[in-house]
Amino acid sequence: MTDKQLQLDPQGRLKHFLSIEGLNRKLLVDILDNAEQFVGVGERTVKKVPLLRGKTIVNLFFEPSTRTRTTFELAATRLSADILSIDIEKSATRKGETLLDTLRNLEAMHSDMFVVRHSNSGAAHLIAANVAPHISVINAGDGRHAHPSQAMLDVFTIRRHKQDFYKLKVAIVGDVMHSRVARSEIHALNTLGVQELRVIGPKTLIPTGIEDMGVHVYHDLQEGLRDVDVVITLRLQHERMEGPLLPSASEYFKLYGLTEKKLSVAKDDAIVMHPGPINRGVEIDSEVADGKRSVILQQVSHGIAIRMAVMSMTMSTLAGQQ
Amino acid sequence: MDINVDNLISQMADQLSARLEGRPEPLMIGIHTGGVWVASQLHELLQLSEPLGILNIAFYRDDFSRIGKHPNVEPSNLPFDVDNRDVILVDDVLYTGRTIRAAMNEIFDYGRPSSISLAALLDRSGRELPIQADVVGRQLSLSEEEHVKLCGPSPLTLQISKPG
Repeated sequence: MTDKQLQLDPQGRLKHFLSIEGLNRKLLVDILDNAEQFVGVGERTVKKVPLLRGKTIVNLFFEPSTRTRTTFELAATRLSADILSIDIEKSATRKGETLLDTLRNLEAMHSDMFVVRHSNSGAAHLIAANVAPHISVINAGDGRHAHPSQAMLDVFTIRRHKQDFYKLKVAIVGDVMHSRVARSEIHALNTLGVQELRVIGPKTLIPTGIEDMGVHVYHDLQEGLRDVDVVITLRLQHERMEGPLLPSASEYFKLYGLTEKKLSVAKDDAIVMHPGPINRGVEIDSEVADGKRSVILQQVSHGIAIRMAVMSMTMSTLAGQQ
Repeated sequence: MDINVDNLISQMADQLSARLEGRPEPLMIGIHTGGVWVASQLHELLQLSEPLGILNIAFYRDDFSRIGKHPNVEPSNLPFDVDNRDVILVDDVLYTGRTIRAAMNEIFDYGRPSSISLAALLDRSGRELPIQADVVGRQLSLSEEEHVKLCGPSPLTLQISKPG
């Protein structure tokens, strides 16, 4: 079964949230519009609405991630759901329990939703294909495959700064090869119909044949940044810096690190984004990360609203089924 | 049934101004969508100084587990601090009382008003909770099968539909 078949109910409503691939434009816009309603909740005296009161959400993190885990926790809390986070690496699977046995146990605790992060591509899909029908599964990042909520919070941030996607030139810079964020972003931005989508990076970090996903490839940063409205910088993962794919971190910064000077060819009102955590002086200069074009911290706040939107939408679909 | 909504609203405005004596600068909040239409007329008639607040109780309904989320609507917008203020809550039709309960729960998530009064254009039979309006445009005795709906925003008219 494909992600698309698995994550939508027969009426085309979101039941699980596994990947952007296969979701149509209307549904993506629906997620963004839902998130728009939740943005204000964090600014009120009581930072929660009772929408998911009584629901139990379990964060299943097979791979560590502080930011993603905490924003899912905050999103659930602001919807009044109960949430517990299980650091699976340290728990039962270490003792030899299989993934599906762990699932059965959590189901027996009457959970309503699993938020899954795993280093293997397809882990969230596998879980969604095997859970009880009343449970929704949200992919919080699986291997090199997808990170759909990150992509949605990025496009949400873009929409809040730039109204019409069809007028925008967007560049994704860095290690596209290993980035699930980039894959999900490419699907989301193309589905929403941006005018032009570029990826910029060294040949070793751009997958061959990526042009088939509807992107233009640049190996020269300066050339790729010309006239863009949005720059998305990807994190260069430490383990890649010393491998055979790259000469060194400082060499990388010289060629692909985002600096004010290199950004000068982008549009005057271009915004700079980064999924975090940032490596200052590797993929991005501090002057840019802390500068006026940077919307990096807004991305974090928007991440909560997007996760509230997705959680409430899938729970709503399941409520309608019963 | 022919009911002139504008007349009802001006009667409500008279009742409200009597009620508001000694409570300077009240805040008015309309419940999305019909309540907002009624509230914006009342707001103008009473010449209130604070902007009109809009409450969308979609996140506070008590039927999520049964029917799920309501389709996208404008989010709530209370452009003022409700702490220690007198609030006039306005809705078009007071029926089961569940909407008002949800609205009050939401208002309290913004702060602690010193009082809340309820103004409803129509007060129809069928209450399920111990809630009553302080100011009512008109009382209607309807059976469970009959529905009343405010159409607007301009002009405001009432539609009453009977079964069959």
